[in-house]
Amino acid sequence: MNGERILRDGADLTGDALHDALSRTWSRRPGLIGWLTSVDHKEIGRRYIVTAMIFFALAGVLGLLIRAQLARPDSGLITADRYNQIFTMHGTTMMFLFAVPVMEAMAIYLVPLMLGTRNISFPRLNAFSYFVYLAGGVMVWVAFLLNVGPDAGWFSYVPLAGPEFSPGKRVDFWAQMVTFTEVAALAVAVELVSTILKQRAPGMSLARMPLFVWGVLVTALMVIFSMPSIALASSMLISDRLVGTQFFNPVEGGDALLWQHLFWFFGHPEVYIIFLPALGFVSQITETFCRRPVFAYPAMVLSLVSIGLLAFGLWVHHMFATGLPRVGYSFYTAASMAVAIPSGIQIFCWIATIWLGRPRFQTPLLYVVAFVITFVVGGLSGVMVASVPLDLQLHDSYFVVAHFHYVLIGGAVFPLLGAFTYWFPKITGRMMSDTVGKWSLGLLFAGFNIAFFPMHLVGMMGMPRRVYTYPAGMGWDTLNMISTVGAFVTAAAVLLFVANALVSLKAGRVAGPDPWQASSLEWATASPPAVYNFAHIPIVSSRTPLWDDPARLPVATGLKVEHRENLLTTVLEAVPDVREPSPDPTLWPFVAALATTALFIGSIFTPWAVVWLSIPTAAALIAWFWPKPGGALEEEAG
Amino acid sequence: MIREPRFTTDLGALPDYAFGHRSLTWWGVMAFMVIEAVAFAMAIAAYFFLMNQQDHWPPAPVTPPGLLAGLLFTLVMLASEIPNTMIKKAAEKEEIGPVRLGLVVMSLIGIPLFVLRGFEFASLNVGWTDNPYGSVLWMLLVLHTVHVLTDWVDTLTLTALMHTRHGHHGRRFADVSENSLYWRFVWLTWLPIYLLIYWVPRWVP
Repeated sequence: MNGERILRDGADLTGDALHDALSRTWSRRPGLIGWLTSVDHKEIGRRYIVTAMIFFALAGVLGLLIRAQLARPDSGLITADRYNQIFTMHGTTMMFLFAVPVMEAMAIYLVPLMLGTRNISFPRLNAFSYFVYLAGGVMVWVAFLLNVGPDAGWFSYVPLAGPEFSPGKRVDFWAQMVTFTEVAALAVAVELVSTILKQRAPGMSLARMPLFVWGVLVTALMVIFSMPSIALASSMLISDRLVGTQFFNPVEGGDALLWQHLFWFFGHPEVYIIFLPALGFVSQITETFCRRPVFAYPAMVLSLVSIGLLAFGLWVHHMFATGLPRVGYSFYTAASMAVAIPSGIQIFCWIATIWLGRPRFQTPLLYVVAFVITFVVGGLSGVMVASVPLDLQLHDSYFVVAHFHYVLIGGAVFPLLGAFTYWFPKITGRMMSDTVGKWSLGLLFAGFNIAFFPMHLVGMMGMPRRVYTYPAGMGWDTLNMISTVGAFVTAAAVLLFVANALVSLKAGRVAGPDPWQASSLEWATASPPAVYNFAHIPIVSSRTPLWDDPARLPVATGLKVEHRENLLTTVLEAVPDVREPSPDPTLWPFVAALATTALFIGSIFTPWAVVWLSIPTAAALIAWFWPKPGGALEEEAG
Repeated sequence: MIREPRFTTDLGALPDYAFGHRSLTWWGVMAFMVIEAVAFAMAIAAYFFLMNQQDHWPPAPVTPPGLLAGLLFTLVMLASEIPNTMIKKAAEKEEIGPVRLGLVVMSLIGIPLFVLRGFEFASLNVGWTDNPYGSVLWMLLVLHTVHVLTDWVDTLTLTALMHTRHGHHGRRFADVSENSLYWRFVWLTWLPIYLLIYWVPRWVP
């Protein structure tokens, strides 16, 4: 049904002429309106990354405030009420506004490039998800600055978070922040799953996918299976608080433990949702800097998948102190310890890769080393608290705080900063300074261990978490002071990292397309990539496509040039199947996000907001999907 | 430098739309169906968790919901699969006439469904503030009503769209086919919820 005159890429349309034509097709309008309408996965991904890093900095400042308060006993720096808001906002921001979004953000930017496609699936949904995420984060931070910040902890246990013990709007802002971030995260997960399964370059069978993409696929599926639970739970919490339902009210026969089950059915997979993309970063970096494929690829993939499955069988280990049937204790202890097996397999495979390869110990690989050391320590304390008798002693103590900072900072932030250094030249076109990078890594590693290792000890000495101060003479004073010093060293290291990034952005060495001689497809295109990603769609015949032929890249041709078009391939073998149009820029996702924001925030104040504001939301969604004249989705002749 | 391309394959002859799992839309619809199914599964788990805390279900003196409205709603839902299947088949054969007619029928079916749903709320015999039993029954019914409402609005939009000049394109037929698939999911999820609202309170002591 296509006419004869359709312009397509090919041997007779390549090089500069093709670049000009594709740039016209895939560019957005300049200016603010153009910014609001963008559907380019790279632009949305960059925004997501920057926004998440800002939330990381804000939450880091809260962490410093916590450490400043705890540096000395009987400190009067921060009041108890403010302290509750600060530690709640620290955890909430780190988990919901930094860790999960930044991992999805990296995937939004990188996955389409690694798969050799021109844009992510459902790019308008992608734009929508960013605005919704931003609105949710801004909402809860504005509430915090107005002294209505959530104060019941990042997991908002009832009955403390219920209407009786937390009157006012503080917890409502928390619950709706969850709704915002879950909508955004679920949308991105859907895009990533369909992009990974349907938009891989021809020949990139599942068994040839980069390990980072495997990590993202498992992560996205985990988001899809875990986040509905917290969305439901937070809706039940807010309806208990606002319209008088009795789900969690023990007086009327409701049950507070129901909250814990629903929360941790999401909350435990959440930890792995943060961790699995980080494992992917580590695999990509290790491969590039050891100049050989990662050892035992099938074992690596199976480990990722089994961590994803086991993650859904662990949630009750957060509830050992609530009183469970004995068989529950045994099962969840066994499952928790079992996670150490696939994690261990991965670590041994990376060590084997380094051993067998020709490693270049540049900053990204050094982050991998820092990750392995730190994560093993955190993993060992994890196996300790998986044991019920020990957990009952250490529950709610600073030992647990030490444990999860080792696994989260060691297991996710170190690989993230390594990944940031590794892909910085791809995203910006310039290299970060390796020397400054090594200094900031060394400072970070030292500061982190000075800050968090003493928490193991102070926890075993009985210091509970979430206390705003403690009396002198408990034997905790020196250790707390050491932790505080370490926290400020960590902050200095992060500042040095940021300074390095900002200076390199302007004055770094120009990178070129492939500064690390890496193997995966994102390095086959320019740095930063052209708006259309690839002039021709690359073809893949191994797990390390760019190492197959150092000079030339096999490509497929024939996609439309004057309309946005993506190639869809088959799920398992990535055989070319369909050419589908890719949506054009539009303002409607932004408008829909505004309406959604009004609905979510309005619902905190009156349930009728849900009814009335669903009308503009629905109207915006209909306008979004309605075909536009001349658009890519409007291919009829004439 | 960027590597020189080596031209091997031409994709120009591939189709530019497809039905079912060959299209991206299908994957998006499937993913959202999984998300909603998980949400319903967690709501059902919450139902049984709360039931376990009670000596009686429903707690005395509450009586189980009246049966008539729920039964009629279920029958209309099941009957709606007949036009729904006809639309799906016609869409995949790209027959615009039957698709347009079928979508009008499906849009009209929404009206008795919402009237009956109103009577269902009225026959629950419990308020959402009374006890957790009432809360969870209302939650299930509200969740499913939102579900029906969402797909009904989608159906109305598609009905309008298919009556414009846009309706003749293959991709629009694919949209109609996915909308029918989603409606199947809507009535399938209703069946366990129907049992939980109307029959489990009668079956357990």
